[in-house]
Amino acid sequence: MSTDVRIPQELGVTKHATPQGVKLPIYMDNHATTRMDPRVLEEMLPYFMEKFGNSASRNHSFGWAAEEGVETARERIAKLIGATAKEIIFTSGATESDNLAIKGVAEMYREKGNHIITAVTEHKAVLDTCKRLEKYGYRVTYLPVQKDGLIDLDDLKRAMDDKTILVTIMAANNEIGVLQPIAEIGKLCHERGVIFHTDAVQAIGKVPIDVIKQNIDLASITGHKIYGPKGVGALYVRRKNPRVQISPGIDGGGHERGMRSGTLNVPGIVGLGKACAIASEEMTREAVQLGGLRDRLRDRIMSRLDETYINGSMEHRLPGNLNISFAYVEGESLLMGINDIAVSSGSACTSATLEPSYVLKALGTGDDLAHSSIRFGIGRFNTAAEVDYVADRVIETVERLRELSPLYEMAKEGINLKDVKWAGE
Amino acid sequence: MSYSDKVIDHYNNPRNVGSMDKSSADVGTGLVGAPECGDVMKLQIKVNRETNVIEEAKFKTFGCGSAIASSSLATEWVKGKTVDEALTIKNMDIVKELSLPPVKIHCSVLAEDAIRAAIGDWKKKQESAKPVTSAVAQ
Ligand SMILES: Cc1ncc(COP(=O)(O)O)c(C=O)c1O
Ligand code: FES
Repeated sequence: MSTDVRIPQELGVTKHATPQGVKLPIYMDNHATTRMDPRVLEEMLPYFMEKFGNSASRNHSFGWAAEEGVETARERIAKLIGATAKEIIFTSGATESDNLAIKGVAEMYREKGNHIITAVTEHKAVLDTCKRLEKYGYRVTYLPVQKDGLIDLDDLKRAMDDKTILVTIMAANNEIGVLQPIAEIGKLCHERGVIFHTDAVQAIGKVPIDVIKQNIDLASITGHKIYGPKGVGALYVRRKNPRVQISPGIDGGGHERGMRSGTLNVPGIVGLGKACAIASEEMTREAVQLGGLRDRLRDRIMSRLDETYINGSMEHRLPGNLNISFAYVEGESLLMGINDIAVSSGSACTSATLEPSYVLKALGTGDDLAHSSIRFGIGRFNTAAEVDYVADRVIETVERLRELSPLYEMAKEGINLKDVKWAGE
Repeated sequence: MSYSDKVIDHYNNPRNVGSMDKSSADVGTGLVGAPECGDVMKLQIKVNRETNVIEEAKFKTFGCGSAIASSSLATEWVKGKTVDEALTIKNMDIVKELSLPPVKIHCSVLAEDAIRAAIGDWKKKQESAKPVTSAVAQ
């Protein structure tokens, strides 16, 4: 329980005693990255010093030891997603995996067609890759999303034509945690002989992904979102029914079946493998736990604050994600008020370009509410005590900032903010 | 982004938060929006009719910490100044005082605009309050 010591100052901040069991600062931004699981680090450590070999060295034990670590990792990753080890290609992370998948398919299947379909809420690693391909003469359809953040499968059907070679739709969104109907999308693609890539970065290890059941041809994975290391990722490339081929993004020594040259990041790969092995074991239980904490956070906040809005579907959503808009309160100032808690905001003020989140805008969220949004990413190491502390700090900061907000005052006076003409505009 | 101590201080202990009666003849209200990022600032002044000195200033801001700090500082600075003196406050003075980084300069511009808008509103009220000398049909 927390004891409040009010500073006797008009609208000043409240000083808190930190509740027991809560260590500050609290990290609750697990969609940005995650703390490494100590079991992952432990598995990696021998590969820096003792087993430092190059996994491509075929003629001595140093190389064999490294190769063994890499192949174990390959199997572990494959197992988590229902693939086979040979279908896993290592990369430097999901940005590279997305680039490799999309550009690799575009180049390989150019004879067949030049049309690619994606969605407006994709990560920049996908969107900007598609934009570049447009410069090279490819045609890209950016599907809109519905209010809940999901694409409409009928839109997808309508967008496909005989020149469509690739559909790339993410499994889970990094801002709003919304899960797309991957299996249905995959089915539509396979019925039409179109390749299906999914950026599964946020979904892997959090919700079940099965490349066979979900008809996935290519899937991007990264280590640092699943309690593994940064700078290492993988691309799943389907080998049969259908066999998918991609042109290499990086030429060189012919590593990774020629699809991605370069000496492998052995310790990183071992870590990614271990992270996947842990996820295979613990995902089902962990999802229940994270979902419980997330609902606890939501209920505590929403029972005490009015005019708070959840962005994106609550039903089709990652268990650890919560994205809420707090009307009349600007996101960056809210972050400043809870500065011992790491979360993020879709506010324009927090972005270098002064544009509010394009994901929230795509849902039809007004600029004002996009401005007021906070993304909470609950992860493996968060506790119920932390959730309660975060909720309480958010509530009191929102209340304080609303007292400071001219918009809140106007809304209370019954002025429709949409009708106001601002000076200076 | 990390904030300067002064921004943090104004954010934690904002000066002169509140509202005054918009309809009062002595009160000027400036309500401005930042086209850059969609933020809104309301700044009000209460002016002594005899001396033209700003005796009271209040603000409310929907915006980032730098915008809150800029408007809080602006209310501190205009208080005790005459209306004409207050018009000499420039956004770059605010930038300097609060050590705002380049991406936050527009937040200080908002504060300068708010001061001007408040004074403009007050001036308009004074003109319309002047005794009518010639009857011009408008
Ligand atoms: C959905 C999604 N795709 C791709 C990436 C990029 O991954 P990486 O940081 O491994 O390049 C991220 C992480 O920022 C992400 O959330
Ligand atoms: S008010 Fe938006 S960046 Fe300062």
